[in-house]
Amino acid sequence: MLEQIYKAQCLMDSACEKLGRQINIMEVCGTHTVSIFRNGIRPTLPKRLKLLSGPGCPVCVTDQSYIDSVLQLADRDDCLIATYGDMIRVPGTGGSLESKQPSANIKIVLSSEDALELARANPDKTVVFVAVGFETTAPATAVAVKEAATEGIDNFCVLSGHKVVVPAMRALLSEKNHNIDAFLCPGHVSAIIGFGAFGEIVDDFGRPCVVAGFEPLQIIEGLGESCRQLAEGKAEAKSIYTAVVTKQGNTTAQKIISERFEVADGYWRGLGLIEKSTLKLKDKYSRFDAVRRFDISEIPTEDRSGCRCGEVLCGLIEPFECELFEKTCTPETAVGPCMVSSEGTCAAWFKYGREGRR
Amino acid sequence: MCFTTDSYVVKPLFFNGGDIGKLAVCGTINDLAVAGSEPAALSLSLIIEEGFEFELLEKILASISEAARVNGVGIVTGDIKTVEAGAADKIFINTAGIGAQLDGADLGFKRIAVGDKIIINGTIGDHGMTIISQREGIKFQSQMASDCAGLAGLTCQLLRNTEGVKFMRDPTRGGLAATLNEISRGSGLSVEIREADIPINPTVQAAADMLGFDILNIANEGKFVAIVSRESADDCLNICRKHPLGKEANIIGEIVDTGDVPVVELVTKIGGKRIVQMPYGRELPRIC
Repeated sequence: MLEQIYKAQCLMDSACEKLGRQINIMEVCGTHTVSIFRNGIRPTLPKRLKLLSGPGCPVCVTDQSYIDSVLQLADRDDCLIATYGDMIRVPGTGGSLESKQPSANIKIVLSSEDALELARANPDKTVVFVAVGFETTAPATAVAVKEAATEGIDNFCVLSGHKVVVPAMRALLSEKNHNIDAFLCPGHVSAIIGFGAFGEIVDDFGRPCVVAGFEPLQIIEGLGESCRQLAEGKAEAKSIYTAVVTKQGNTTAQKIISERFEVADGYWRGLGLIEKSTLKLKDKYSRFDAVRRFDISEIPTEDRSGCRCGEVLCGLIEPFECELFEKTCTPETAVGPCMVSSEGTCAAWFKYGREGRR
Repeated sequence: MCFTTDSYVVKPLFFNGGDIGKLAVCGTINDLAVAGSEPAALSLSLIIEEGFEFELLEKILASISEAARVNGVGIVTGDIKTVEAGAADKIFINTAGIGAQLDGADLGFKRIAVGDKIIINGTIGDHGMTIISQREGIKFQSQMASDCAGLAGLTCQLLRNTEGVKFMRDPTRGGLAATLNEISRGSGLSVEIREADIPINPTVQAAADMLGFDILNIANEGKFVAIVSRESADDCLNICRKHPLGKEANIIGEIVDTGDVPVVELVTKIGGKRIVQMPYGRELPRIC
């Protein structure tokens, strides 16, 4: 392993030398961010290679207006909210789901299947599944909707906060002041969409897109490969996570998504409105769509907390540059979502980083 | 003389590798053990919710009795109270214990010095991940089991046969991370541990990874961390490894002087370094 690490480090060193400037590589996935910190990868990199944490944590990119909608539904006596655990602490305008607990109508689930089971067990309530996540969790939501339709479980619906990754990467690169040289692309998402999906980033923006797994060696080799391309003046979409990620991806899962969802414009925290970046249930399944069932309007709310999660998510600042970091904003008193989620960049800095602690 | 007390509330009451009864006996024995004493006797108090199944109570009492027998302690006094339904969650147990301080056992933060070695008597996170996965209804193909066990047999052997043991603590709630941070704060010195040397059951690691938990923060119920002098480290390790509860014991790091604010640092398998924080908050299962 040490030999492979050394080889990748040499590629990074020579790229920094050849370009004669700082190289910025964005890891798009929250699981990568955590793995980078947990394995102490940053201190092993050349000083001129900077890692930027991107909008890859599903909790973090969820707009405040979505949380507000969930909070409103949680107040209804006829609803049962089924949510993934890390969503319950995300603050909306009027508190978080956690602040409403131990309200009996909020349940933590580990999958869409669990949410459906809740609906079966509680026929007198409407179970609203708080469906967030990228292409990794969307197929499971789609399957649950299909099951609900087949079995006629009408007291189940989905508040879709599902998002697709590539449009967000395009949005970042379309910003004038972006500083991204290459992307370390997410392993789980790419297993579904295939590394071929990043071809448009390579073609339109000339940025290397390398998919890597989550083991430290994979991450380091992924960074090495990105640097090799940069040094050679090339940009390619490539996977070094070959055991899991192919060029086409999981076509069955893609089909399941496209059968039930259609892409729609939608709001991302920090990035604002991005065209064709979210997944909305197709008209055929509208009765399972919480937005239509409860007539929810998606009006973005203004965040006045002083939280700079948006800039953190775009790789524009490091968490410690936010004035709230480690002061009023800690994992226990989180102001922004990047501090709430275990995969959030601020939480990773707080837990594993040295800055501000020495 | 050492005197300690602790109360036990655990969900589920029965788990792979133990139950609330065994936990209540072993937990108090371990508190006495890591303080450098040999447990002599325990008290036992049960607070039982009205309607609690008699069969389960019998099972718990049998388990308490077996744990006391295995660990050679007598349960010399006790009490039972029943409270109305809803006033307690099934059963709560309190045990108190007394033990005789071993001759020459002088344990405390003040004795910890730069260069001391850190020993753990086996794999970490087994208890916590067993409980969490059972609680969450997650079924893993390979079974995990709590490490719940009384440690006094092993700790007394260590203290009687070596002079280098300076401090001991059982990394229960908050796991290894909490214990090492307490050691760092208490001694005013930094702690450096090596990821590659920490014994971990691969299934337990996989379960923690899947749920997004840091294995260093996960509770143990049959482990102790010992800070020992550099000279005695090999002897201590040999004694541990010859004992059934220390077969997988290892030296996982040392006390270091960074000339700065004391911290706990982990040298990762790839040679990187990162901080190990005092655990905070409640761990929540993550999305993906």
